[in-house]
Amino acid sequence: MRHIISILIENEAGALSRVAGLFSARGYNIESLTVAPTEDASLSRMTLVTRGSDDIIEQITKQLNKLIDVVKLMDLTEGPHIEREMMLIKLRAVGGDQRDEVKRMADIFRGRIIDVTDTTYTIEVTGDSTKLDAFIQALDKSLILETVRSGVMGISRGEKALRI
Amino acid sequence: MELTGAEIVVRFLHDEGVEHLFGYPGGAVLHIYDALYRQDKVKHILVRHEQAATHAADGYARSTGKPGVVLVTSGPGATNAVTGIATAYMDSIPMVVLTGQVPTSLIGNDAFQEVDAVGITRPCVKHNFLVKDVKDLAITLKKAFYIAQTGRPGPVVVDIPKDVTANRTKYVFPKTVSMRSYNPVVKGHTGQIKRAVGMILGAKRPMLYTGGGVVLNDASRQLVEFARLLGYPVTNTSMGLGGYPASDKQFVGMLGMHGTYEANMAMSHCDVLVAIGARFDDRVTGNVQKFCPHAKIIHIDIDPSSISKNVKVDVPIVGSVEHVLKDMLKLIKDSGEVPDGEALAKWWTQIDEWRAKECLKYDKSSELIKPQYVLETLHKITKGDAFVCSDVGQHQMWTAQFYRFDKPRRWINSGGLGTMGFGLPAAMGVQFAHPKASVVCVTGEGSIQMNIQELSTCLQYGLPIKIICLNNRFLGMVRQWQEFFYDKRYSHSYMESLPDFVKLAEAYGHVGMQIDKPADVEAALKEAFTKHKNRLVFMNFLTDQTENVYPMVPAGAGLDEMILV
Ligand SMILES: Cc1cc2nc3c(=O)[nH]c(=O)nc-3n(C[C@H](O)[C@H](O)[C@H](O)COP(=O)(O)OP(=O)(O)OC[C@H]3O[C@@H](n4cnc5c(N)ncnc54)[C@H](O)[C@@H]3O)c2cc1C
Ligand SMILES: Cc1ncc(C[n+]2csc(CCOP(=O)(O)OP(=O)(O)O)c2C)c(N)n1
Ligand SMILES: [Mg+2]
Repeated sequence: MRHIISILIENEAGALSRVAGLFSARGYNIESLTVAPTEDASLSRMTLVTRGSDDIIEQITKQLNKLIDVVKLMDLTEGPHIEREMMLIKLRAVGGDQRDEVKRMADIFRGRIIDVTDTTYTIEVTGDSTKLDAFIQALDKSLILETVRSGVMGISRGEKALRI
Repeated sequence: MELTGAEIVVRFLHDEGVEHLFGYPGGAVLHIYDALYRQDKVKHILVRHEQAATHAADGYARSTGKPGVVLVTSGPGATNAVTGIATAYMDSIPMVVLTGQVPTSLIGNDAFQEVDAVGITRPCVKHNFLVKDVKDLAITLKKAFYIAQTGRPGPVVVDIPKDVTANRTKYVFPKTVSMRSYNPVVKGHTGQIKRAVGMILGAKRPMLYTGGGVVLNDASRQLVEFARLLGYPVTNTSMGLGGYPASDKQFVGMLGMHGTYEANMAMSHCDVLVAIGARFDDRVTGNVQKFCPHAKIIHIDIDPSSISKNVKVDVPIVGSVEHVLKDMLKLIKDSGEVPDGEALAKWWTQIDEWRAKECLKYDKSSELIKPQYVLETLHKITKGDAFVCSDVGQHQMWTAQFYRFDKPRRWINSGGLGTMGFGLPAAMGVQFAHPKASVVCVTGEGSIQMNIQELSTCLQYGLPIKIICLNNRFLGMVRQWQEFFYDKRYSHSYMESLPDFVKLAEAYGHVGMQIDKPADVEAALKEAFTKHKNRLVFMNFLTDQTENVYPMVPAGAGLDEMILV
């Protein structure tokens, strides 16, 4: 099963490598990992996407909690939650037909064109990971010059919040 | 008053109550060594190799419960310490290791004697720190000591750049520290404890499986009270030995790969298993699919990640052994309920049948010295009261089986990492902590050579350690596996060109003895512990080369599938 684990961690040098090191040392897989400071600059929020059986996910959350720098964590997939990922994608767009087609696709996926040249469009798309996958699928592969994805971040719905 | 970082380190150690510091100097820590020179409160012990400093601090910690403290220089000093740090980590031993580091301005430049000590030690410490500002030094040291000895104990590394030890700041000893991200739980969940007690009282074939957590927590008293109240059989892991008195009739011996027949059979047939401060190590469980097939399992452990890691348990209880057993005792007493006496009597009859196999018997009429005999005699001569430090190999398992430990913190061995070379330096640490006590190092001719240079440290500090070298001219534990599982192809397990250990001991300024006949064993041991009471004695016992450790659960087998003698 795919799990999204959100972590509040001390914003200190080395905190990220402790998490990454734990995953490699214990052979857990990381699909994506994002991290940035929160409104409280002493804390970072990390979102980690991983896969594993229930037993493995239980060990992963226990091992993460055991890291001294980890203040609190939550497995978002245990409850209703929202998941978002951002992608920036640069596409070849030469000639009227091609440029129209790219714009049309961007509209369908609610993407925004954020940079334009004579020969390229750069589009920003946000959504859950499957939506970004679907956008890539829908495009003509030969047009893709570059993609960059932020990795998943998530938040639980309603009153529930990960805070100290 | 402003102090330098180096002075702060030393003042802090004194204020924290540290009496002994095991270390080895070098460029990055010269300011600290200078501060040590200018005081007489913290005693520094100069070892001969940084690995030995860590093992000595570790032995000190295991025998006292207080954190062991180490000081080494940057680069090779830090890398040499890594084996000892990993050893302490695997066995959850409280330790604080101070490593010197190149000046902050040079970090990352491949400076002279620079290694990323924080990076290298990260996977084998409970936590580590790099101190970048002298203002953070005292509080960081406080955190290190706090983390090392609370919750599930473990080693903490503090990496201190040289300029930080030279810079000045105001020093105030931080009496306490609190960390929002670290709050270990000691009190168990009341509901879970109730459920567990119901299960325990309802058991027909109960088993108490207890480990290093009992020793680390100094909770032997609670364990003994708990076990006696119930009348249930007790087995210990090798790390748990001494946590329950081996001479007690409820004790069925160690369990696991080289555990007793009765302990392993009882594990395989019990209906309720209470795991207390033990972590279901693979040396203990054997094949997990065949582990305790009939049992409901209750697990008390302070570290949630130890629970249901290898074996799924029915009632997890996160908390300290001491607190949880106290709560359980109270519940049992208040309930007025007692265990099922009839079922228990039947269970004991069964266990006594298993006991009658005498799985630890050995040939007492042999012309050759049997290692088991040496250890039984050692027990007799020391009245079972010595601190026994061991190296790693067959001799370690025989010591676990034959030196019947009645008290906790007397059995000092590297269980989790299995570090050859641990024994002698660990014994040094123990002797520093207990200057008057009998301290023994049981070793093999392979292991002792991994830290033999420490004989020099022992002379410098007059440590009267008794080294019992069970010399079988083989890497015996390796040879045993090759005999059983590799068709006797003894690939590189024979020790050739051994030194003359008697002369070697003498060259280091100690007493050397060679013993090659069973008839001489007792007299030699007596002589060592009386005539040479105040000297280090290296006793080289030439033992039967072919002796094996029995019983043995082969890798991948269930606990009830033992190879017996
Ligand atoms: C050659 C060789 C052969 C070996 N053969 C055997 C064998 O046959 N049998 C055997 O048993 N071992 C054997 N060992 C040792 C084995 O590798 C493990 O080290 C040992 O079994 C682990 O013991 P333990 O489960 O008690 O755990 P420990 O490593 O002692 O861990 C202690 C546990 O207690 C918990 N704990 C700590 N403090 C507390 C507290 N305050 N309250 C509650 N819980 C706490 C910890 O979280 C941890 O889970 C062998 C080792 C070697 C080198
Ligand atoms: C540092 C290290 N290297 C290798 C091993 C693997 N090993 C385990 S036991 C053993 C043999 C130990 O020989 P010795 O000290 O003579 O003890 P014996 O088994 O003969 O009693 C070896 C090589 C180890 N445990 N530690
Ligand atoms: Mg040997």
